[in-house]
Amino acid sequence: MPSLKDLRNRIASVKATQKITKAMQMVAAAKLRRAQAAAEAARPYAERMETVLANLAAGVTGSSAPRLIAGTGSDKVHLLLVCTAERGLCGAFNSSIARLARDKALALKAEGKTVKIICVGKKGYDLLKRQFEKDIIELIDLRSFKQVGYANAETIAQNVLSRFAAGEFDVATVFFSKFKSVISQLPTAQRIIPAEIPAGTKVIEAVYDYEPDEGEILETLLPRNLTVQVLRALLENAASEQGARMSAMDSATRNAGEMIKKQTQLYNRSRQAMITKELIEIISGAEAL
Amino acid sequence: MATFKFELVSPERILFSGEVVSVIVPSIEGEMTVLAGHAPLVATLKTGIVFVQTTGNNGKDFFVNGGLVEINAASTTILAEQGRFLEDVNAAVLDQEILSAETKLTGSQDEDEKKRLQDTLVQLREFKHVFEGRKAA
Repeated sequence: MPSLKDLRNRIASVKATQKITKAMQMVAAAKLRRAQAAAEAARPYAERMETVLANLAAGVTGSSAPRLIAGTGSDKVHLLLVCTAERGLCGAFNSSIARLARDKALALKAEGKTVKIICVGKKGYDLLKRQFEKDIIELIDLRSFKQVGYANAETIAQNVLSRFAAGEFDVATVFFSKFKSVISQLPTAQRIIPAEIPAGTKVIEAVYDYEPDEGEILETLLPRNLTVQVLRALLENAASEQGARMSAMDSATRNAGEMIKKQTQLYNRSRQAMITKELIEIISGAEAL
Repeated sequence: MATFKFELVSPERILFSGEVVSVIVPSIEGEMTVLAGHAPLVATLKTGIVFVQTTGNNGKDFFVNGGLVEINAASTTILAEQGRFLEDVNAAVLDQEILSAETKLTGSQDEDEKKRLQDTLVQLREFKHVFEGRKAA
C-alpha cells in the first residue's frame, strides 16, 4: 500500500506529463493547419504534371524514349527513398513508413535484387539501420529546415538524378505517408524512376507537336517531375506527421486524465481509511478508560 | 463562341481553371493564341504574360516565368514554374527574380544549367522592359 505522500507525488508527476502532452497537441494542431494547406496546394500541380507526363509517355514508347520514362532496361538495383520525420512522439507515423519500406526491401532481397536506401529524416534511419546497416547509402537531414520547400525537394531530386546518371540504380521508389485526414494517414510507396503512370489516368492518345523539340522538352520536364513528386512526398509527410502527432498527443492527454482520476480516487480512499482508523483508535481508547 | 477547358497551375496553387474562349501563351518560339480545336501541342514557355479571354469581352492577365503548355483535344493546361496574377507583379518583384537568377548563375557550375539560367535572365530583363513600357502607356 503506497503512502499518501507517494500517491500525491505520483498524481503531481502525471499532471505535469499531461500538461506537456496537451501543449504538444496544441502545437501540432497549429502546425498541422499550415502543413495541410501546403500539402493540399501542391496536389493539383503534381497531379496535372502526372497527367501531362502520362499523355506524353504514351507517345514516346520505343527505343527513343528517355531512360527516366522507359527505365534502364533492367531492374537489378533498387533505390528506396524513405521519407520520415525528424522527431518522434507521433504515434505509428514513422514506424508504419519504415515497416512498408522494410517489407519492400526484404521482398526485393528475396528475389535476389540489390537494395540501396536513402533515408530522408532521422527517425526512418534509426528504425532501419539495425537491419539494413550496409544498404543505407545516405541520410538526408532536414532538421535545420523549419518548413520544407521546393529547394529541399530539388536538392534531393538532384542527388537521386546524379546517382541515376552514374548508373547506381535502375528503379527508384519513394516511401511517404499520404495525408488523408487528421486521424488517418496512409503509408504509400510510389515509383519515381521510371516514372509511374498511375492506374486510372485517362491517357489521351494524340500525336503532339513539340516546340522547340521533343527531346528538349522531356529533358527539362522529367527532372522537374521528379522534383515535384519528391516535394509532394515531403509536404504530404509534413502534414501527416503533425496529424499523427496531434492524435497521439490527444490520446496521451486523455490517458493521463484517466490515470489522474484513478490515482485521486485511490488517494481519497486511503486518506479516509486512515481517518477512520484514527477515529476508531481514539474512540476505543476513550471507551477503555 | 466555342470554348475549351483551360487550367493554369503553379506549384503553389491553381491560378485559373474554367472554360475560356482563347488563351495567348508566351511560348519559347513566340506568342501564340490558342482557340478551341487547336492541334495537340507541347511547348515550353518563356517569361511573359498569359492572357485568358473568358467570354466575349472579359479577360484576365497572368505573369508566368518558365514552365510548359500542353494542348490536347480535351483541355489546355499550363504548368508554370512560377505564376502570379499580373496585378501582383511590380518592378520590385521582377528585380527580386532577376537578382535570384543572377545569384544562381554565379553559384552554378554546370554548363547546361548556366546556359538555362542565362536564358532566363535575358527573358526576365526583356520582360521587365516590356512591363515598364506597358505601364507607362
